[in-house]
Amino acid sequence: MNEIPVSIKINGKQVTASVESRTLLVHFIREQAELTGTHVGCDSSSCGVCTVLLDGDKPVKSCTMFAVMAHGHEITTVESLAPGGVLHPLQQAFWDQHGLQCGYCTPGMLMTSVALLKHNPNPTEHEIREGLSGNLCRCTGYNNIVKSIQQAAGVMSQAIPAAADD
Amino acid sequence: MTAPTTEKFAMGKSMKRKEDPRFLQGKGNYIDDINLKGQLYMALVHSPYPHANIKGIDSSAAMKVEGAVACVTSKELNAYNVGWLPTFHGLDKQMVLADGKVLYQYQEVAACYAETREAAYDMAELVEVDYEPLEVVNNPFKAMKDDVILRPDRENKTNHIYNWNVGDSSATDAALAASDHVVKQHVVFPRCHAAPLEPCGCIAEFDTMGRLQFYVTSQAPHVYRTALFLVLGIPEDKIHVISPDLGGGFGNKVPVYPGYVCAIAGALVLKRPVKWIETRTENLTSSFARDYHMDIEIGASNDGKLTALKVNTVADHGAFDAAADPSKYPAGMFGIVSGSYDFPVAYANLDAYFTNKQPGGVAYRCSFRVTEASYLIERAMDIVADELKMDPTELRRKNFIRKDQFPYKSPLNFTYDSGDYEHTMDVALERIGYKQLLKEQAEKRAKGELMGIGISTFTEVTGAGPSKHFDILGIKMFDGAEIRIHPSGAGIIRTGSKSQGQGHETTWAQIVAEELGLDPQNFLVEEGDTDTAPYGLGTYASRSTPVAGGALALAARKIREKARKIAAHVLEVDERDLEWKDYKFEVMGAPGKSITMKEIAFAAYTNPGDNEPGLEATLYYDPPNMVFPHGTYVAVVDVDRETGETKVRRFLAIDDAGTIINPMIVEGQVHGGLTEGFAIAFMQEIAYDEAGNNLATNFTDYLVPTSLESPSWETGHTVTPSPHHPIGAKSVGESPNVGSPAAFVNAVIDALSPLGVRHIDMPLTREKVWAAIRAAEGQAAD
Repeated sequence: MNEIPVSIKINGKQVTASVESRTLLVHFIREQAELTGTHVGCDSSSCGVCTVLLDGDKPVKSCTMFAVMAHGHEITTVESLAPGGVLHPLQQAFWDQHGLQCGYCTPGMLMTSVALLKHNPNPTEHEIREGLSGNLCRCTGYNNIVKSIQQAAGVMSQAIPAAADD
Repeated sequence: MTAPTTEKFAMGKSMKRKEDPRFLQGKGNYIDDINLKGQLYMALVHSPYPHANIKGIDSSAAMKVEGAVACVTSKELNAYNVGWLPTFHGLDKQMVLADGKVLYQYQEVAACYAETREAAYDMAELVEVDYEPLEVVNNPFKAMKDDVILRPDRENKTNHIYNWNVGDSSATDAALAASDHVVKQHVVFPRCHAAPLEPCGCIAEFDTMGRLQFYVTSQAPHVYRTALFLVLGIPEDKIHVISPDLGGGFGNKVPVYPGYVCAIAGALVLKRPVKWIETRTENLTSSFARDYHMDIEIGASNDGKLTALKVNTVADHGAFDAAADPSKYPAGMFGIVSGSYDFPVAYANLDAYFTNKQPGGVAYRCSFRVTEASYLIERAMDIVADELKMDPTELRRKNFIRKDQFPYKSPLNFTYDSGDYEHTMDVALERIGYKQLLKEQAEKRAKGELMGIGISTFTEVTGAGPSKHFDILGIKMFDGAEIRIHPSGAGIIRTGSKSQGQGHETTWAQIVAEELGLDPQNFLVEEGDTDTAPYGLGTYASRSTPVAGGALALAARKIREKARKIAAHVLEVDERDLEWKDYKFEVMGAPGKSITMKEIAFAAYTNPGDNEPGLEATLYYDPPNMVFPHGTYVAVVDVDRETGETKVRRFLAIDDAGTIINPMIVEGQVHGGLTEGFAIAFMQEIAYDEAGNNLATNFTDYLVPTSLESPSWETGHTVTPSPHHPIGAKSVGESPNVGSPAAFVNAVIDALSPLGVRHIDMPLTREKVWAAIRAAEGQAAD
């Protein structure tokens, strides 16, 4: 079998393993790093439940990227959002606004939202809807996801000046 | 005694969901997150042909793949007598792997087991199957000619599966003949699919004690256990079914799929755990919902009073009759087709046929064919209004079953429990500003713009069901609930239902907390494990709150009665002198002398007196009747005359689901259901070409709405409690999917009505709408 060594920094931790060159990034994350919050839903880049961040702020669909393509890069997954169990403002907002039901799309939604707010801290509703359009949800109808992101945007933009004072 | 510090009035509160923290942190436990030591992976070989004899299967190349372990076909399964499995309503059986022939494209032909996922798929690619293509029957109208018999394995050599009918045929015909107007329409509800984002999957293991440990995406784990006993002959105590967190279900996770049987057979023979997770294509091609071709006739008097209803349906069931309907209801609850209206007579007739398509007839967020029925009657009401030149709301108002007619015996044999249809419609029309919309529409029409207002005033039937009528595989459709209260007043709740996102971990705690005056935050809710949960028929058909919810409330009341005895002992009074008031037991005539449930719980384990210690109850609830939620939905659309594109400007849903447990969750359910209804109305169809090729096998061909095209939803409710349900609750999960397609389509047709367009079958893609506009304009020009 054609196995090659792949090393990816996932949530700050270097994960190294020999995998087949065709191994998908999502399988590397789920099986080598044993982080199962990143899901597989459609095998074709349509649904976004596999969304993770590449090099900090670029959302990618990890089911349509080979693990070798992420070699030497940094990947951020949902498991990084609540260090010590303290929920990220987006996680808190999804909880407060009932922005999830079955929870299967939620990790991908959260990672896309993290990147969205990083690039656009105060998005309009249309910008949010546009930003989420690569992530499908079958349960919520998106209304409450939009509200969640609006809440988080509000909380996070208030938090920024405070952090700058430190 | 102190006043209770516990949460009061847990019911009706928008309590945040208790299950969310794990989902938000990526700690959900879905099927593919479970891995067993030494597990093999399974991949399936699927047929590229919709109808073909199998001349031979050669797995020798597949077995040369590194990591290959075994390849199984129907020959091996038949040797173990598991080549076929019974379908849920008992009218048919289904091949596990193609036995001699394939009957639909993507049918499972062989199962490959390997050390890794990749090796299993490599194997599946290399299995060589020698097919001899046969003539394809790709629709039920061709099937009914019986020129090609698809199922020679059956006793009757015909493609006709069954006839089902209800109502009074001759009286209906007579009433139609005597009517001033008879409106007829052919309406198709296309084949579609629930498509939860998590596909189905399982892991099967026979443990060292020879016990089957079966982890599976199941909306009905107990039914699976009994079905596996029936299929495999394994004693039920040797089967443990565990349904973990489910990433949506919507009906797709009710059937027992061939892949499950192959995984179990592999685990048994290979003596290792076997994991199988569907690909999206497998998910979309293994079952379906709807596919009803319906002809409706409605009689009406000159003044708009409905006189009779007649419906004739041709149902396309695909290759096997794998519909998951109750035994006595092969067409499910289609009899709700008389809707919210007081028809003096009605008759519904249905014939089901085999075709070379994927098997099923399972739900898509629908209580057994209620969506087809509701869509048909609500669509037809608009056509009747149009022909009678009446406002569609006035036609409905004139024919609603009145509030004082409940319990209402429908001409198609349901007894509706309660409702106030006119009030709900008035609430909706007031809130949407119906009169102003009509005015705006008139102005737009004068300018040639296409604006439409669509109404749907549906009634649903849910909560199957009373044991005298409802069973699946002979098992009556009751549900069990078990509640244990710990010494501290916390507790554990278990039911035979199974949440797929509905929030049972929260709402079940609210029901019990309300009955007992305890803190809902301190109840653990556990479902999906057949070793621990009491028997129940599972979560689908909007039956959880009507059935399991009823069981929970009554089990809690059983605990309360036991608590009364302990309270009497602690307070040293006669139990007859106690009354349950303000969430505690009070001594009548001695205000202030009282005891809370929390205190009683402690006493149950520390000072029960002569009473049996402990505080717990198990109860099985056999509902006396179904429940009948209703609602009024209003869609406002603008159709682009040049492109055929529909923009849903507003959508208002006023639902009457009876007593509400958690308004936040109810609203979330409505949002989700409306988005699924929107998808069905505008974009979803599993279409087949003439050659029998399935044209919707992934999410680029079978569309799920994104955040961009999904409308913003407006919601509200009226409350007409169910008179027979222990807490007056009905259901809501499916209402928005049942009620909304008609509102969308009615709105689009209303927009196009100035052009003379009378009906378009779903999905209303821009191409179809554009073509209808062009055809109508062409006719007008002629």
